[in-house]
Amino acid sequence: MGLTEILWQGLGVFFTLAVLSFLYKDNPFYKFAEHVVVGVSAGYFVIILYYTSLRPSLFDKLFLENTWTPTTGHLHYLIPLVLGILMWTRFSKKWSWVSRYSIALYIGIATGVSIPLEMKNRVIEQVRGTVLLTDFAWSKTGMLGLPAGLWDVVLIILVVCALIYFYFSKEHKGWFGGVAKVGIYTLMIGFGASFGLTVMARLSLFIDRVQFVNNWVSLVISKL
Amino acid sequence: MEQGRAQSKNKTFSEMLMSMDRRWVFLVLGIVTVGALLSKFTIKQSVTPEVRDIYNFVENLKPSDNLLVAIDYDPNAKAELHPMAYAILEQAMARKIHVITLTLSQNGAGLADQAVRDVVDSVATYDGFRPEYGKDYVFLGYRPYYALVILGMGQNFRIPFPKDYFGNVLDSLPMMKRVQNYDQIAGVIDITGSNVADAWIANANGRYGVKVALGLTGVSGADYYPYFQSRQIFGLMVGMKGAAEYETLTHNPGPAMEAMGVQTFAHIVIILFILIGNVGYFLDRRAQNKRARQL
Repeated sequence: MGLTEILWQGLGVFFTLAVLSFLYKDNPFYKFAEHVVVGVSAGYFVIILYYTSLRPSLFDKLFLENTWTPTTGHLHYLIPLVLGILMWTRFSKKWSWVSRYSIALYIGIATGVSIPLEMKNRVIEQVRGTVLLTDFAWSKTGMLGLPAGLWDVVLIILVVCALIYFYFSKEHKGWFGGVAKVGIYTLMIGFGASFGLTVMARLSLFIDRVQFVNNWVSLVISKL
Repeated sequence: MEQGRAQSKNKTFSEMLMSMDRRWVFLVLGIVTVGALLSKFTIKQSVTPEVRDIYNFVENLKPSDNLLVAIDYDPNAKAELHPMAYAILEQAMARKIHVITLTLSQNGAGLADQAVRDVVDSVATYDGFRPEYGKDYVFLGYRPYYALVILGMGQNFRIPFPKDYFGNVLDSLPMMKRVQNYDQIAGVIDITGSNVADAWIANANGRYGVKVALGLTGVSGADYYPYFQSRQIFGLMVGMKGAAEYETLTHNPGPAMEAMGVQTFAHIVIILFILIGNVGYFLDRRAQNKRARQL
């Protein structure tokens, strides 16, 4: 690994420390790093989008490669080109309504594709997973060494309690209020798991950065 | 300034705990993290069934089966997800399974390319077998609009990816001549920190019935356990812990196992600070109740 690599990685170390300096307080180094990240990401994405989408899926269909000579038999590709151009009318107060045609088509297709799939995956399959896939296997060992079947019963009870918590047509009082309370505790366990995992995720990012800086320092010391 | 010092001196113990500057927490956490990392402390990982299922799935594939590994993350999720990608790719390539990689994350192409190259080099050093591009593995690169790409591959890989990352026409690659759509794919392992995972579940599994497993960041992990319970995904790895478990299973210690030792110390510090905060809260509330009774 040569000097060039050390310098490039050193730049990474500089930006890492600049971003972490925000933990003390907002400062110009942090602002600089923040603007560089946003700027580079936006610029990179525009170029990536051109080379991976616009060029192969549109321009290469309409024109011979690297020329402005039109191809034959691909005139229907003018339709997405026109729809794409219409999106730019958003910048004109007078003509912005025209962009609604493009947006309507996009939303229409996306909705048509996603509604049946979302219904199947988020509703039907989930209900099936809760009700039909529970096999109440009492002889099988589950979590904490208890029978797996017991956890299936717990799962169904807690799902029902959590659903009852969101039923607002009846006042949460008496036995109904008690069940709803179990429901909110169930939700809290779920949120707690999410929070714990989020803490682990944030620490992972920090540990990775410390490892990165540590590797760079070791590299520099080995070259001295 | 003098007034501030005087106020600080007059603070009770509970008030001091309640008004502790958060930068002390950051400082202590930073020192503990660096110290733990330098001490090279490691901790044994217990393996969860959802991670073991992915490992077993890859282990049970035959050489020349096709495995699709989607490296759908940006550098901001690299810390948690890169170790997963390395461990899975290395396990699959060492077993001579044909690996197709792609990325549906706009800044992911560089990371995916780096992971594939590193793993090919690594496999070549210990196994004497160097996976050959186009014959043993392929990198398709990046395409935008992930849901449409996933649906498109269900019809034919050539619709979203007429060429691979390096500009080769797919049919010019021997391995891809035998791959038309998901029918020739044994399974998909999607490693992601975003809702691309939803699209793989809905479009690849829901629509085409292909087996899907997920490697996720800690932030999004808890949301996807219901899909494992309903068997819409056959395995799940979550965060650094999931990556460390996979490294344990593959006997391939890497950055995740190293980081889990540090995580242990850092979590102890966080728990201590939570306890301190709670002690402060209850002491403060007791003091307030006492004052209210005196009035």
